[in-house]
Amino acid sequence: MARAIKYKPAGNFSWLVSTIYIIFLLLPIYWLVNMSFKENAEITGAFSLWPQNPTLRNYMVIFTDPSWYNGYINSIIYVALNTTISVLAALPAAYAFSRYRFLGDKHLFFWLLTNRMAPPAVFALPFFQLYSAFGLIDTHIAVALAHCLFNVPLAVWILEGFMSGVPKEIDETAYIDGYSFPRFFVKIFMPLIASGIGVAAFFCFMFSWVELLLARTLTTTAAKPISAIMTRTVSASGMDWGVLAAAGVLTIVPGALVIYFVRNYIAKGFALGRV
Amino acid sequence: MEKTWNNKAWFLVLPVLLLVAFSAAIPLMTVVNYSVQDTFGNNAFFWAGTDWFDDILHSARFWEALQRNLLFSFIILALEIPLGIFIALNMPKKGIGVPVCLVLMALPLLIPWNVVGTIWQVFGRVDIGLLGHTLAALGIDYNYVRDPLDAWITVVVMDVWHWTSLVVLLCYAGLVSIPDAYYQAAKIDGASRWSVFRYIQLPKMKRVLLIAVLLRFMDSFMIYTEPFVVTGGGPGNSTTFLSIDLVKTAVGQFDLGPAAAMSIVYFLIILLLSWIFYTVMTSSDADN
Amino acid sequence: MSFSWMAWTLPTALFFLTILALLIGMSIWEYFAPGGSPRVGILRFETTRGDRLFISLLGSAFIHLAWLGLIGPNLWWALALAVVYAIGVFRFV
Repeated sequence: MARAIKYKPAGNFSWLVSTIYIIFLLLPIYWLVNMSFKENAEITGAFSLWPQNPTLRNYMVIFTDPSWYNGYINSIIYVALNTTISVLAALPAAYAFSRYRFLGDKHLFFWLLTNRMAPPAVFALPFFQLYSAFGLIDTHIAVALAHCLFNVPLAVWILEGFMSGVPKEIDETAYIDGYSFPRFFVKIFMPLIASGIGVAAFFCFMFSWVELLLARTLTTTAAKPISAIMTRTVSASGMDWGVLAAAGVLTIVPGALVIYFVRNYIAKGFALGRV
Repeated sequence: MEKTWNNKAWFLVLPVLLLVAFSAAIPLMTVVNYSVQDTFGNNAFFWAGTDWFDDILHSARFWEALQRNLLFSFIILALEIPLGIFIALNMPKKGIGVPVCLVLMALPLLIPWNVVGTIWQVFGRVDIGLLGHTLAALGIDYNYVRDPLDAWITVVVMDVWHWTSLVVLLCYAGLVSIPDAYYQAAKIDGASRWSVFRYIQLPKMKRVLLIAVLLRFMDSFMIYTEPFVVTGGGPGNSTTFLSIDLVKTAVGQFDLGPAAAMSIVYFLIILLLSWIFYTVMTSSDADN
Repeated sequence: MSFSWMAWTLPTALFFLTILALLIGMSIWEYFAPGGSPRVGILRFETTRGDRLFISLLGSAFIHLAWLGLIGPNLWWALALAVVYAIGVFRFV
């Protein structure tokens, strides 16, 4: 983002567009945060724009009950596993696509993309059978592997874009200098596309974190993600809105942290390195 | 970049191939197997031939869900793509505003999909939601649980809220890659705002727009969690999209055969439409 | 582990073996005549042999569905039509 881009924006009110859009984005989130600090009686009883009697009760419920906070740990474990597997598998493949032509390469690439197009609903049932056959149901690795279905193609797509931006002469010089392929790849090539790896990892994190259907299908108790546990808030005494809102707010936090750390790469990353 | 022809590159692709084949090929073959058989559980299967496909193709419920889904994807693309381009053009290009905008705009993308559903379910409720309450106070009769049109509007606005940022960020990434010299040249020529957009900015955004259209089409066509949480497919069947219908059949009624046949038809439609998008946009790319 | 849940049947096994044989056949063809003979056909964009196979297979799937939906359950005629269509694709697209 160091490059300063100077041209006259659409008008003097262009900042207004971004501002209105951001307000539109933040209003529903604000409402959730607002609810998470209220007592249930206040939520259903009186309508107020901010908490009249701010309380931390809803958050305490989550932080003191293992069945709640384990959900967060489970989600984080399988997301981390998935991100690692996806990026590691995608690195050599993306190198192959960016440097070589080989038999059926274009069709292989499109086939990979078709897996991104397959509705998770289609796969939920056979996945359950497949992972049962391997005894993997209710493990973190099952969810991590299932999410590879759409994350590996995406990681290949992103990394291929970044790698194509690295001139081929670098590879050739390294080989002449006597580097073997693995050593060249780890020592020279990977540092050059470090930001690309970061961006690919960001996208894998994002799509694994937000997915629910497969994660819920493949887990029962031990590896259940937080987003599936949230449905428990409907109890005999009615809906526990406050805890639901607090749990929702807490699922936003990891995403917000990750965005903050990669903020300088976001724009570049969304161009997938190719532009 | 010139690429060398080398079939040994297959070895580099092998890990991805095995991983995706395990996650995709085996389940896909299983779905095909189920689609021609009937089962009563316990792994006992009976040949059913093409009966399930016959049922699906003559089921009004399937065609209605398909029409709803196509209409939904069309509305989503028609709203989010132009809106995304417009916002990207008006985003700040330097200074403190850039990271602030990027971080805040990316926020909805990182929220788990059922939480997105929950947020809007709460936000739109007439009794406890800000949106529902405000509309009611203004005298507008809005209730997404009862009124199909309100349910549709809620689901569409929710998707715009959730995904427009993806289009914005993609377009913005395309815009910042345009060298300054282009704009100076345009200024010297006295080019209008429109021609700067048409001949400089739009061509540069073409590739990212391809990605945006493809991703938004595929994801809106597969949408499940968010509308399911908000409306549960109702009122009636008014927001029952293909995925929701599919899960109702597969999990709710445990009809493996019909669900598998429906999966295949559904997947073929996605494959065809995505292939058309992909081909049209990549070949028009090659023309330039 | 058991794979009985995959519920294989002879027809579906034959179907996948055919697809596999087609892919192997295409690889052999490609080995003897590399490059995939790209050309611009009646669809007015460049296609290779592999693209033509993909268009044939996807088209055939929809021919079968259309036959089932509009005419009747005897799919042998649809198969014949699909073969004619595939020959057409390889000839003109």
